[in-house]
Amino acid sequence: MALSRITSPFRSTNLLIPSILSSLRHRSISNDTTLTIETSIPFTAHNCDAPSRSVETTTSELMSFFRDMVLMRRMEIAADSLYKAKLIRGFCHLYDGQEAVAVGMEAAINSKDCVITAYRDHCTFLCRGGTLIEVFSELMGRKDGCSKGKGGSMHFYRKEGGFYGGHGIVGAQIPLGVGLAFGQKYSKDPNVTFSLYGDGAANQGQLFEALNIAALWDLPAILVCENNHYGMGTAEWRSAKSPAYYKRGDYAPGLKVDGMDVLAVKQACKFAKEHALKNGPLILEMDTYRYHGHSMSDPGSTYRTRDEISGVRQERDPIERVRKLVLAHDIATEKELKDIEKEARKEVDEAIAKAKESQMPDPSDLYTNVYVKGLGVEAFGPDRKEVKATLP
Amino acid sequence: MSSCVKRFGRSCASLVSKRGLSTSCIQKDAAVVAENGVKSLNLYSAINQALHIALDTDPRAYVFGEDVGFGGVFRCTTGLADRFGRSRVFNTPLCEQGIVGFGIGLAAMGNRAIAEIQFADYIFPAFDQIVNEAAKFRYRSGNQFNCGGLTIRTPYGAVGHGGHYHSQSPEAFFCHVPGIKVVIPRSPKQAKGLLLSCIRDPNPIVFFEPKWLYRLAVEDVPEDDYMLPLSEAEVIRQGCDITLVGWGAQLSIMEQACLDAEKEGISCELIDLKTLIPWDKETVEASVKKTGRLLISHEAPVTGGFGAEISASIIERCFSRLEAPVARVCGLDTPFPLVFEPFYMPTKNKILDAIKSTVNY
Ligand SMILES: Cc1ncc(C[n+]2csc(CCOP(=O)(O)OP(=O)(O)O)c2C)c(N)n1
Ligand SMILES: [Mg+2]
Repeated sequence: MALSRITSPFRSTNLLIPSILSSLRHRSISNDTTLTIETSIPFTAHNCDAPSRSVETTTSELMSFFRDMVLMRRMEIAADSLYKAKLIRGFCHLYDGQEAVAVGMEAAINSKDCVITAYRDHCTFLCRGGTLIEVFSELMGRKDGCSKGKGGSMHFYRKEGGFYGGHGIVGAQIPLGVGLAFGQKYSKDPNVTFSLYGDGAANQGQLFEALNIAALWDLPAILVCENNHYGMGTAEWRSAKSPAYYKRGDYAPGLKVDGMDVLAVKQACKFAKEHALKNGPLILEMDTYRYHGHSMSDPGSTYRTRDEISGVRQERDPIERVRKLVLAHDIATEKELKDIEKEARKEVDEAIAKAKESQMPDPSDLYTNVYVKGLGVEAFGPDRKEVKATLP
Repeated sequence: MSSCVKRFGRSCASLVSKRGLSTSCIQKDAAVVAENGVKSLNLYSAINQALHIALDTDPRAYVFGEDVGFGGVFRCTTGLADRFGRSRVFNTPLCEQGIVGFGIGLAAMGNRAIAEIQFADYIFPAFDQIVNEAAKFRYRSGNQFNCGGLTIRTPYGAVGHGGHYHSQSPEAFFCHVPGIKVVIPRSPKQAKGLLLSCIRDPNPIVFFEPKWLYRLAVEDVPEDDYMLPLSEAEVIRQGCDITLVGWGAQLSIMEQACLDAEKEGISCELIDLKTLIPWDKETVEASVKKTGRLLISHEAPVTGGFGAEISASIIERCFSRLEAPVARVCGLDTPFPLVFEPFYMPTKNKILDAIKSTVNY
């Protein structure tokens, strides 16, 4: 299922200017035509037959891809500024450059499928139905954040959207995803779990433990290696004997995908879901790139060249790829696309303004959610006699 | 000697933040300084110097960990790879369990394996290797094998806004493991001397570095190769009404509480434990026998924290001398919070309150 312009939860806030929204709606709904588009490059398969390079899409889907990715890009850049203005504290990792992975995956799955990822989680959260206000509120530690302001950038969650979050310990989320997949299989759901991890995380032992479990029990678990080629400052070849992550499952099949091509990602995820439901786990390696540094304290330019970054921007940018497709198929004009970008900017600014109005969580929330309510757990204050509260 | 003390006094004055380490003023072993060069260094540079010396003085010493070849996230390993080569200073893949397990093997061959775990919050994947392999290797092999050359360096503690996974103080978990030592320095000079002792000690050691002080704490550090003794606590401030025990970054907070208490006429004795296991009970005992009161403070949650162990031991040894229950001012029993960090922390005022209520018990 592609994110449709109307049902996509991003729009639940409806901050779009009505005229643009309606013009796009008009175009996309009344003239929604089906297109078949070749992926940028063929898939490379390990232990399985690669899916076809011809991807079916529609004009409205392409437009929604464009808009969603533009919105994400804008959101991440705004988060960068908020961080620099010290309105966001803690650790913050941005996803710009990698948008096609989140968006393409979402287009192939539904909200009963589960997604679990690491700390670079803002955009995945949006895809799973989160709103910009929840994003910015969480980033700024406010009550209206998706984790009530208690998690911060690395810990976004959305239960209704099957989004199991936002994990800080590299590699730890992968076995969790396998557990989710077991739950799905046991209750005979026609659904799968996508566990995302980085190329750096691919060297953690937990991945191999999880994969073995998933394969042994034929679980509908899809392991998605978002290979942005660096784990912090370490290039993949410095840390992996074989950076062909899609092959590292050995007995488990794998697929290498151009993660900058949203249609290829969609095709691969659709294929993976069908495969996993029938045959168990599969590794998808998404060849992608992060434009920002690893986190806000990393300028991102000491371990890679500026030419490398600008080269990817020029030749492989996921948004530009869709822009070209939209223009080539005459789906929208250049001006209309520019307008969408302007709208995205406005939508983000408005969400930030709203998020700033959100309250900080109540200090008593420090004690909540540690245990289930009412278990009588005590917290001790400095004065051991008086300040000895039973936690709510 | 007096001029040295003055010099330390000046370096104290240059400390900026509330986390500045004024306790470093009270160095009494400043004599070393007079003959040899000293340099005003922050804590990460002092660690860096210690690592240079360790590699320089022992050709079988190695430094490895995530990104250490580039200097590491906190710059502690800057310049090491250039100076000693990539076969002695190298990046590992992102795999803590593998890093420590590898270090144990390397140490078992008679080498000094100096492993870095990027943040103490990420040491848990390696917990099994530390607890079950490193700590028991000597014992279970009847002393045929050991990994005494292993030192695991890892930054711990709050930084103001680190959130759940860049702030924790997991020292107490490791204090429950006979066979390893746990050491935490409070200042640059201490860090250098203690780290060199750890690296050369014939037991596996987890060395927690107070990351809040990496840049903030600046102190005159002797340039030469010196070691500070392990398992020896230090009275860094003399007093007669109450004994305060702490370690690492928390000492500077406690020091401020001592100064405030002094204004109210309470004389506090402050002890830096430095080595958590095996710890120097005698120094603490002697002090509590003098003051009759004890307060322990650490950032880790109060329940099951190392403060509990100190409290229990001192009650055993000083029961009849105690004039008030032992006070603990620690982190709260919650996960380390992001937005609530100021509430969670054992702040100066919390300590001051506890000093007063203990003294007035
Ligand atoms: C167990 C553990 N070790 C180390 C870290 C510190 N750390 C956070 S992200 C990261 C790099 C991860 O790289 P990769 O898996 O490629 O993901 P990317 O950041 O590129 O998305 C490291 C070393 C951590 N969070 N958890
Ligand atoms: Mg990566």
